[in-house]
Amino acid sequence: MPSAPPASVSDTLALLGRGSYVADRSLATAVHLALSLKRPLFLEGEAGTGKTEVAKVLAEVLGRKLIRLQCYEGLDVASAVYEWNYARQMIEIRLAESGRESKDTVEEEIFSEKFLIERPLLLALKPDLAGPPVLLIDELDRADEPFEAYLLEVLSDFQVSIPELGTVKASAPPIVVITSNRTREIHDALKRRCFYYWIDYPSAERELAILKLKAPGTAAALSREVVAFVQKLRATPDLFKLPGIAETIDWAHALSQLDVLALTPEAINDTLGVLLKYQDDIARIQGSEAERLLSQVKAELAGAK
Amino acid sequence: MEGASSPREGGQLLANLMYFARALRAAGLPVGPGQVLNAVEAVRQVGIENRADFYWALHAVFVNRRDQHDIFDQAFHIFWRNPKLLEKMMGLLLPSLSVADPEAQEMNRRLAEALAEGQPGKTREAEQEQEFDAAMSFSEREVLRRMDFEQMSNAEMARAREAVRRLALVLAESPTRRFAVNPRGARIDMRATLRAQLRSGGIIALKRKNRVSRPPPLVVLCDISGSMSRYTRLFLHFIHAVARDRGRVHAFLFGTRLTNITRHLHTRDVDEALDRVAASVEDWSGGTRIGKSLAAFNRRWSRRVLGQGAVVLFISDGLDRDGGAGLAREMERLHKSCRRLIWLNPLLRYAGFAPKSLGMRAILPHVDEFRPVHNLESLEALAEALKRAGPRRLDAAQHWRPELEKRAG
Repeated sequence: MPSAPPASVSDTLALLGRGSYVADRSLATAVHLALSLKRPLFLEGEAGTGKTEVAKVLAEVLGRKLIRLQCYEGLDVASAVYEWNYARQMIEIRLAESGRESKDTVEEEIFSEKFLIERPLLLALKPDLAGPPVLLIDELDRADEPFEAYLLEVLSDFQVSIPELGTVKASAPPIVVITSNRTREIHDALKRRCFYYWIDYPSAERELAILKLKAPGTAAALSREVVAFVQKLRATPDLFKLPGIAETIDWAHALSQLDVLALTPEAINDTLGVLLKYQDDIARIQGSEAERLLSQVKAELAGAK
Repeated sequence: MEGASSPREGGQLLANLMYFARALRAAGLPVGPGQVLNAVEAVRQVGIENRADFYWALHAVFVNRRDQHDIFDQAFHIFWRNPKLLEKMMGLLLPSLSVADPEAQEMNRRLAEALAEGQPGKTREAEQEQEFDAAMSFSEREVLRRMDFEQMSNAEMARAREAVRRLALVLAESPTRRFAVNPRGARIDMRATLRAQLRSGGIIALKRKNRVSRPPPLVVLCDISGSMSRYTRLFLHFIHAVARDRGRVHAFLFGTRLTNITRHLHTRDVDEALDRVAASVEDWSGGTRIGKSLAAFNRRWSRRVLGQGAVVLFISDGLDRDGGAGLAREMERLHKSCRRLIWLNPLLRYAGFAPKSLGMRAILPHVDEFRPVHNLESLEALAEALKRAGPRRLDAAQHWRPELEKRAG
């Protein structure tokens, strides 16, 4: 069921909540602006902080189609925008030759929409019954600069020109969400056209709320310990890669699978690979450091009661 | 919800938004007129009833990077309480250009020369120097090439800088995943083939394409501690020359802390660029904390600048105040995150060099190449080496292993 864009920041916050996305009001503001002013939303942040999820939730709660373009190095027009179906074109040419059609008709024929393979960017410009789709351009930092420059053109006018066919323009611009893990800086020219938001690691309170929604099977006491422990880890200065929300959720799932009811040093050591993804980080935390953090966590939780 | 306040009030808000944008620009945020218009639109959407919404609406428009957040935050809170206050604050906050470099005077050489032009005595001197420069014979040039930077007089240093600036650094290209039309290419370009086929008809002439290659990103990490001070200025000239004609060069200086100077290097004038660098660095000619600085680099920057197969030039004498504490680990991390890690060490010029200090011994097992960098010749050799693909990984470590083991044993 397609629905209209929300009218205020509070509505946007409620909207995201309906898709079980626990957002800060600040994020809701950025989303609200992007929706109402029809400009792309640029989300940057560490891996596993819920950037991609924003687009998915938006598509779901607004009842729009989600079109996803995963970026990678060397991503080009042929795989991002459109490509001609060469095999079919070849066959068509052969058939036409036996039918003795004029060359111009053949050309017109084989460069028609029938032979066009639409890729995500072009698809997103096509009208959709449910309303303009949500276009998720994921991990733009993985694509190279030439693609970024091309994207600039598409996102400013929401049109794509195909030399053989003409220009395709979106009647209503799609909702664009761009994410980046910041493995390189995206050019300012592109960011300038978007509403920018840095998704940070959540506060303990918010993380607990997220965990309740995403891992409902976890015991409340365990959830609290898990969140407190992860927050402690994020405060540890010399970790190379801090655990994101995705890792917290995975960890909660893993612990419930193993029927752990309360965190113990052994349980942490056994499952640390879910939380930390670098060997040096694991080696640093495993054992005595984990025990130390855990005792701090337990003391704090006991004090809070 | 539309900001339907009276036109007079709206006008005031508009003017204030403009002043706010101007204040942000003065504080160093890249704010253009387009963004001011966006801000007006955004504020109209969100309204000004809720201060937090107002804040985040402006934030979404004006802030493009995470590191701009703090500036924005401060500016916002000061400005929207009292716009006048901010101007005064800025006057106090602007960095005063205090430079601990003894050669700071020389940094403004060009400026000084430009000012002194009216004075006849000075000009003559400059002319004389120029004549002398032109008269430098081949053998003199050879001597200069081999002369240690450390032993150069100021005039020789100036000439060496000139030479460094002319040094062309061409990196061995690495293949990308992009293709371009190439008659001898390995792959068939179907699109071009079909178009050609339509034009000619009959026989299908295959058009070809091939992979495009391009130079990888270059990251320079340069030690500016006291023990390196004789070399520092020359290396800065070198880094500026390298960054000048090329995208994807990132440069960092470290002594006791890490400073990113990439942005300053985009200034074309070398003296001006170096002035800016000098103003942004706070730990000139102090001690060295290599491990700590590298840890900062690894955590804050490595994922952002080392993508896509970067080549890293690590310029340091390896003398570490912390005695190499935690250095090996960070060095290993750095090495694993880049395509090629080259350690340039001015101390390597001595024939009997042995990696004695704890710092060096921590670094050496994790670098691909270990090269001297003390005269023009060694810089030329570096340029030559960068043109070719790198050696096997950890070649330097293999070569120096007996030395390291002897010391350890």
